[in-house]
Amino acid sequence: MSAEKKPDFHVVNHAVPRRDARVKVTGKAQYVADLKLIGMAYAKVLRSPYAHAKILSIDASRATAHPGVYCVVTGNDLEGLNPYYGHAVKDHPLLAIDKVRYAGEAVAAVVAVDERTAFEALELIDVKYEELNAVFTPQEAMAEDAPLLHEKQFEAGALRGFEGEVTAGKGSNICQKHHIKWGNVEEAFKNAAAVVEGDYYFPMTYAYAMEAYVAIADVTDQGVNIYSSAQHPFMVRHDLKSVFNLPVSKVRLIVPFVGGGYGSKSYTKIEPLVAACSWKAKRPVKLQLTVEEAMLTTRSDDAYTWMRTAVDANGKIIARQAKIFMNTGAYAENSPLVVEKSTNRCVGPYAIPNVLIENCSLYTNTVPASSYRGFGCAQVTLPGESQIDELAAKIGKDPYEFRLANAAKPGEEFFPGMRPFDGTLKQDLDTAARAIGWNTPLAKGHGRGVACSGSDAGAYPLTSTVVRVHADGSVTIMTGSTELGQGSHTVLPQIAAEELGVDFDKVNVVSSDTAITPYDRSTGASRTTTLMGSAVLEASREAIQQMVVMAADVLKVKVEDIQTVRGGVRCGEAQLNWSEVISKFYALPDGEVIGRSYIRKSGRFSALPVFWEAAATGVEISVDQETGKITMEKLATVGDVGLAINPALAEGQDIGAATMGMGIGLFEELIYEGSQLVNGSILDYRLPRFSDLPKEVELHLVQNQDGVGPYGAKGGGEASLNSMAANIANAVDRATGVRIRHAPLTPEKVWRALKDKNIQGSKV
Amino acid sequence: MNLQFVLNGKPWRVECEAQETLAEVLRNTLNLNGTKVSCEVQVCGACTVLVDGAPVSACTYLAYEARGKNVTTIEGLEKPDGTLDPLQQAFIDEFAFQCGFCTPGMIMSAKALLDENPAPTRAEIIHYMDGNICRCTGYVPIVAAIQRAAQAMGKETKK
Ligand code: FES
Ligand code: FES
Repeated sequence: MSAEKKPDFHVVNHAVPRRDARVKVTGKAQYVADLKLIGMAYAKVLRSPYAHAKILSIDASRATAHPGVYCVVTGNDLEGLNPYYGHAVKDHPLLAIDKVRYAGEAVAAVVAVDERTAFEALELIDVKYEELNAVFTPQEAMAEDAPLLHEKQFEAGALRGFEGEVTAGKGSNICQKHHIKWGNVEEAFKNAAAVVEGDYYFPMTYAYAMEAYVAIADVTDQGVNIYSSAQHPFMVRHDLKSVFNLPVSKVRLIVPFVGGGYGSKSYTKIEPLVAACSWKAKRPVKLQLTVEEAMLTTRSDDAYTWMRTAVDANGKIIARQAKIFMNTGAYAENSPLVVEKSTNRCVGPYAIPNVLIENCSLYTNTVPASSYRGFGCAQVTLPGESQIDELAAKIGKDPYEFRLANAAKPGEEFFPGMRPFDGTLKQDLDTAARAIGWNTPLAKGHGRGVACSGSDAGAYPLTSTVVRVHADGSVTIMTGSTELGQGSHTVLPQIAAEELGVDFDKVNVVSSDTAITPYDRSTGASRTTTLMGSAVLEASREAIQQMVVMAADVLKVKVEDIQTVRGGVRCGEAQLNWSEVISKFYALPDGEVIGRSYIRKSGRFSALPVFWEAAATGVEISVDQETGKITMEKLATVGDVGLAINPALAEGQDIGAATMGMGIGLFEELIYEGSQLVNGSILDYRLPRFSDLPKEVELHLVQNQDGVGPYGAKGGGEASLNSMAANIANAVDRATGVRIRHAPLTPEKVWRALKDKNIQGSKV
Repeated sequence: MNLQFVLNGKPWRVECEAQETLAEVLRNTLNLNGTKVSCEVQVCGACTVLVDGAPVSACTYLAYEARGKNVTTIEGLEKPDGTLDPLQQAFIDEFAFQCGFCTPGMIMSAKALLDENPAPTRAEIIHYMDGNICRCTGYVPIVAAIQRAAQAMGKETKK
């Protein structure tokens, strides 16, 4: 539990203004889209019109001859590179080779003096295809006569982030399988007092980071230099090292401000392609995708889940079983980990003695699916939290009380082999219920829901950092964590300022340059505060230890006689701040001390997950019986974050996540008709807007300092998304008596369900 | 083509092509990168700038249309002495952004709103701002920031 209770924080646990505030409100914050290199050329991508086709030939001669074009790159030009990449499975060619596997796949790139010229030349490339049969759903992909997407066996990627075997590329369209099992589900269901069972669908969604994927590459004999909008520069470095067969020291990824990620900028995207363009064009090349192209690059896995859950006569959940089929699209990307995580996350934060979850993801001829905020959790929390309400209704219990009675307790080992639960769901649910007035009378046509989520954070502990204390007493943190908007550039200096006793304003951050900043595995899975925060804390303390030794040297006393005080040291009457210690040590008002820290899977980080990411949400909705339109009357978020290093930022993460979850609950969905994405533009893909704002919003944090991170902190920012679709479905059921198991709950779906109910007089 | 217009209070003359958008001229020719481009189809508001005080989507507004007009971008809001516009300050105080990619357009739209209606209700803010998307914040702190700026500006004028 809580490592150290520190009631009087100076800097942490305060809502200090964002470090990047001024540059962001004045338009001075630089994103990759804003950068230009001298001599830079621009690339545009030709994409496949077919979902599945052999490439018979590509003739780029007319495009190459077009004035202003430097070169055209195709799958035939990659001799000398290892063109297949992937941190989990090396199944993804940087440009289609021999065949295309989805409509929208990159087939060729034109590099030209400017974007317009590159774009014009795309039309001059002649590609001959032979169309193949295609599959678009897991069901089609599993069919006996289904065409194979990938014929060959792949190399497993080195950094897949889980211990299980990779099952892709074994002569079927299966990408990854995973299952968990304990107790005896058959027996338990036989003896159950009540059982609910149903089929659920969680849609394909698009993260819409407002900054679309963008990268600039400069490949020379000095190595590969890339500016990218990537969340995980070190993971991308690993892929590029293998594409170009270089030591990591010759691959440099630099990530300035990133215009939103939400998981969609996790792992490698366009970097190998733009690097290949620069390699062939022999000059720096920029590739800026449009939003339409970004929608053809990554989406979330959609999931078909059959689930059943059982209770005994005392209202205790005794069993859960599920079979999940996920649609991973044409390439694996991070979906193997999504499969593992969604399998685990079916258990929800409940202590269930008999569990069997089987999960399988399939390759289909659709846009590749990968990480998406909460990876895998929202997909299975829709069935999981729906069934909690369905069961409660069946046995005549209040769903809130029913949750409380079954939710994992603090310290409970509810998931065999994993870290005991480190959250306080009772308090989370209680806070959410109170915020939406759970027990107050409901107006007609209104319904409420409270739901929770507790997921095994995917944060793998491998992180290092450097904290440099300068002779003027200011501090530079070198961190591989990327500022995506989540606030790492604010939270990390808060921690260093707290530890070193210096002003927050004196702590600067240098981030995400693989040539300069020490290794950090990724910026995702809500890991930064917990893991990088701990690294910054430890590196600050290590710097202090060094400065104590220096102070002893300067004052000519024994190290044991030096006492640390906030911002410096004392020895008898003598008191020195850090600036004085360093300046006197070097006998010049310059120089520095370098504090370091390495975090790995050991000590307090040896049990996984590093933390359980827990949150509750509460909603009140109303349903227009005529149109089926749902209105969000109230929304409450409760983040169980251990300790909020910056409460305003933590709450901001929660409301941002809950709003994305609300979008999926109400209207967000990528729709395929045949081989084509039919709403692949922001004109057609419905996103939450101002007018979708719930009428009342309350944001709460539960801070019991029960995490392993700095001062008891743990991660947040995903969990409030996960429960929203189920929560809305539950509230609709309470408002109307119809149970909808397919998200999103569009007006049409709700209207049809209401109509069917009126006809049949029963639940659909 | 020769394009003359007033940009953030200063007259400019630049060369542009007939099909170039105002966003392209601002970002590529004038290196004013504060104006962001996302959807490019006039639905997200990231590229919002003011032309003669009215909000326009610079991603689809032809640069040449701005000839002889007054264009204000996010770079034009900060006073020369470094004082921020009350809206910029309110966005900071209310944590009304995360990644910041929507922020310049958001602030410019909000500025147009407050210029037109100095004391908008919550409903009026929501209605006016509906053309600006933010994927990070869930809009809650943005509404609060606009209300806060309106209050601050109200006090200013009363003084
Ligand atoms: S970029 Fe202009 S409105 Fe979206
Ligand atoms: S702050 Fe990221 S989109 Fe608004």
